[in-house]
Amino acid sequence: MHPAIRVQSVSKRFRIRKAGPRPHYHTLREEFSRLFTKPSRWLRGEAAGGETDFLALEDVTFDVPRGEVVGVVGRNGAGKSTLLKIVSRITRPTAGTVRIHGRVASLLEVGTGFHPELTGRENIFLNGAILGMLHGEIVRKFDAIVDFAGTEKFLDSPVKHYSSGMYMRLAFAVAAQLEPEVLLIDEVLAVGDGEFQTKCLGKMGDLATQGRTILFVSHNLAAVRGLCKTAIWLDEGRVARQGPTAEVVGDYIDSGERLATQRVWNQPETAPGNEVIRLRRVSVEPTAGDPGSALTISTPLTIAFECWNFLPGAELSLNLALHNLEGVCVFSSIAPPARWSKGLFRGECQVPADLLNDGVYSVRLLVIKDRANAVIDLENLAMFEVHEVDRPLRWFGKMSGVVRPQLEWCTRALDGTIT
Amino acid sequence: MSLSAEKPQPPDALPAKSPTDGQDLPVTLIGPRAGWQPLDLAELWRYRELLFFLTWRDVKVRYKQTLLGAAWAILQPTLMMVVFTLVLGRLQVPEEGNIKYPVLVYAGLLAWTFFANALTNAGQSVVQAERLITKVYFPRLAIPLAAVGAALVDFALAAPVMAALVAYYGGVTVSWTMVFLPVFALAILLAAVGTGTLLAALNVAYRDVRHALPFVTQLWLFATPSVYLPQADTAGWLEINPLNGLVSGFRAAALGQPIPWPRLAYPLLAVAVALAAGIAYFRRVEDSFADVI
Repeated sequence: MHPAIRVQSVSKRFRIRKAGPRPHYHTLREEFSRLFTKPSRWLRGEAAGGETDFLALEDVTFDVPRGEVVGVVGRNGAGKSTLLKIVSRITRPTAGTVRIHGRVASLLEVGTGFHPELTGRENIFLNGAILGMLHGEIVRKFDAIVDFAGTEKFLDSPVKHYSSGMYMRLAFAVAAQLEPEVLLIDEVLAVGDGEFQTKCLGKMGDLATQGRTILFVSHNLAAVRGLCKTAIWLDEGRVARQGPTAEVVGDYIDSGERLATQRVWNQPETAPGNEVIRLRRVSVEPTAGDPGSALTISTPLTIAFECWNFLPGAELSLNLALHNLEGVCVFSSIAPPARWSKGLFRGECQVPADLLNDGVYSVRLLVIKDRANAVIDLENLAMFEVHEVDRPLRWFGKMSGVVRPQLEWCTRALDGTIT
Repeated sequence: MSLSAEKPQPPDALPAKSPTDGQDLPVTLIGPRAGWQPLDLAELWRYRELLFFLTWRDVKVRYKQTLLGAAWAILQPTLMMVVFTLVLGRLQVPEEGNIKYPVLVYAGLLAWTFFANALTNAGQSVVQAERLITKVYFPRLAIPLAAVGAALVDFALAAPVMAALVAYYGGVTVSWTMVFLPVFALAILLAAVGTGTLLAALNVAYRDVRHALPFVTQLWLFATPSVYLPQADTAGWLEINPLNGLVSGFRAAALGQPIPWPRLAYPLLAVAVALAAGIAYFRRVEDSFADVI
C-alpha cells in the first residue's frame, strides 16, 4: 500500500536581501533596469545580485502511512510551517517532491476565507467552496456542519458579530465535514474553549479511525503525545528524528536544554557582582538523575549558586526570584541568613515538582547583607524551560495560572438527593 | 510558451488510479516548477464553483451595509452620464442623427465603467486575497477572474438603463447590428482579464501598481471616446488605444449603427495579445505569490 504522504528530499530556499526573514519587494525601477541590462537572466527569472539564500527546509524525507496521525514538532523557525505549506500546495519546494494519495484538506488557520460581512450560512458555502467542496456536497452536509458548530441561532447574522469561539467552531465544523483522506492541521488547538477542543480532538480521532491520515503540527507536546503514534522532529530545516512519539518528543525536549541552564565564571575579576560578593556559578538541574535531562512540570529542580565572598564574617542571605517570559515574578524565596568567612560558598534552592506551569523561566539572584540591603541584584542569570509531556485530560490548551501547584484535594459524596 | 523546459515538470494534480491499493484515490505530485506555464483549463473547470462563490462574495460584500445596495451599480454610470451631460453636453452637443447626447454618453460609459471596474477590481484582487493565498491552495487565476466576474454583474445590472434611456429619448432604430453587442462586451471582458491578471500579478511583487492604477484608469478614460465622440483632428492618435475601437464598436452595436469593422482588427489583436501576456505572466509567477505577498 502506498503511503498517504511521501516526502522525498524536499528543500525550500528563500531569497532574502540583507536582514529580514521575508522575501523583499523589488521596485519596478530595479526590475526594468535588469530587463534591459540582463534580458536573458531576467527572462529566466534569476535573482538579482545582493541577495542571500536561506534554507527553510533541507533534504527532508519521510513517509506518512495511511491512517496514521503523525505529529511534527520543532522550535519556531525549524521549518514546520514551511513543510505544511508545501504539502498543502500553497508554496512549491525548491527541490524534491511530495506525493499525496487522496484528497487533501488543510486547517492551517481555521476561518480562512470567512468574510466578516457575510452571514454564517453564506460563509459555510463560501468556505466549503474554498476548501474544494462541491455545492451539492455542502448542501448535503449543511445540517451536520451547523450541528457540529452549534451556532444555528446565529446562522443568518454576519459572522463579524460572532464571538471568537463561535467563529472558530463554525470554521472547524466546515473543515471537519470535508472528510478528506489527508488532513493537515497547524496549531488549531491553541485556541478555543475546552468543550470545543474536546470536540475537535474527538473529530480528529474519528477521522483517524476511519483510516484517514493526519499530519499534525503543534508546539503543544501534550497534544502531540496524546494524539499521535509517531512523530517527526524538525530542527533547522532537517529531520532530526522520526519514530514513536514518546521517543521523539523526549529527544526534542532534551535538546531544548541548550537554553542557559548553567553558567560559570572562572575569573573573580570579571564575574558578575561587586566588591562584596561575586557569582562563580549558577545552575538549574533536576534534583535526581542525569543533570542534562529534560525538565518537566513533574521534575523536582535544584537551582544552585556558588559565590565568592570578599567580606570576612559578612551575614548574607541568597534570594532567588523566578520570572516567566511575560516578566512576571513567579515567586521569590529567601535563604536563612548565615555568616561566611572570606572565600567560596554554595547555596541550593529546591523547587518541588508540580509547582511551575509549563514555560520558560529566567533566574534572578539578589544577595542581602545584614538582613537589610541588597548588595547585588542580577537578572537573567540562567534560563530554563519546563515542559508538560503528559496530561490526564482530553483538553490540551495552556493551563491558566502563573504557577500550577499540585495541592491536596479531598472529594467525597454528600448525603441528600436531588428532588 | 515553455522557455525553460530543461527541468522535469511534474504534472500538477494528476488524477490517476493507484494500482496497488485498489482505491481510486487521486494522486497529487508536488515538485519544483519554473518558467512559463500553460493555462490549466481543466483545473479551473474543477474549481468553477469556487469561481462562482468568489464572484458572489465580491458582489455581496460590496453592497453590504449600504442603503442603496446594488443600485450603486446603476447609479455610478448614470450619475456620470448626468454630470457629463450637464458639463460637456452644453459645450459641444455632439449628436449623431436623432440620437441625443445622454444616450450616446451612457452607451460609452456603460462599456467604459465595465472595463475600468473590472481592471481595478482584478488589479487589487490578489493582494487583497493575501490570507487566502497564504493558507489554502486553489488555482490562483480564480481570484482575478472572480473580480472581473463581479464587474460583469454590475455591468449586467446597469445595462437595462440603456434600454430605458433609448425608450425615453428615442432616435434609435432597431438594427441587425445589435446582435454584435455581446461580442463587444466579451471583447471588453477579455481585455479586462488580460490587463487585470497582468496588473494583479505585478501588484504582488511591486506595490507600485496600487498607486498607479487610479491614475492609469483616469488617463485611460480621457483617451477613450466614451464621454465624447472622437473628432476628426484627434481621432488618429486615439486609435493607438485599443479600447477606442472596442467602445466605439460597443456603442455602434448598442445604438444600431453600422459597425466600423476596419477599425476593429487592431483592437481585437491587442486584446488577444493582452490576454496571452497577462495570463502567461500570471501563471509564471503565481507559485511565488505565497512567498512574496
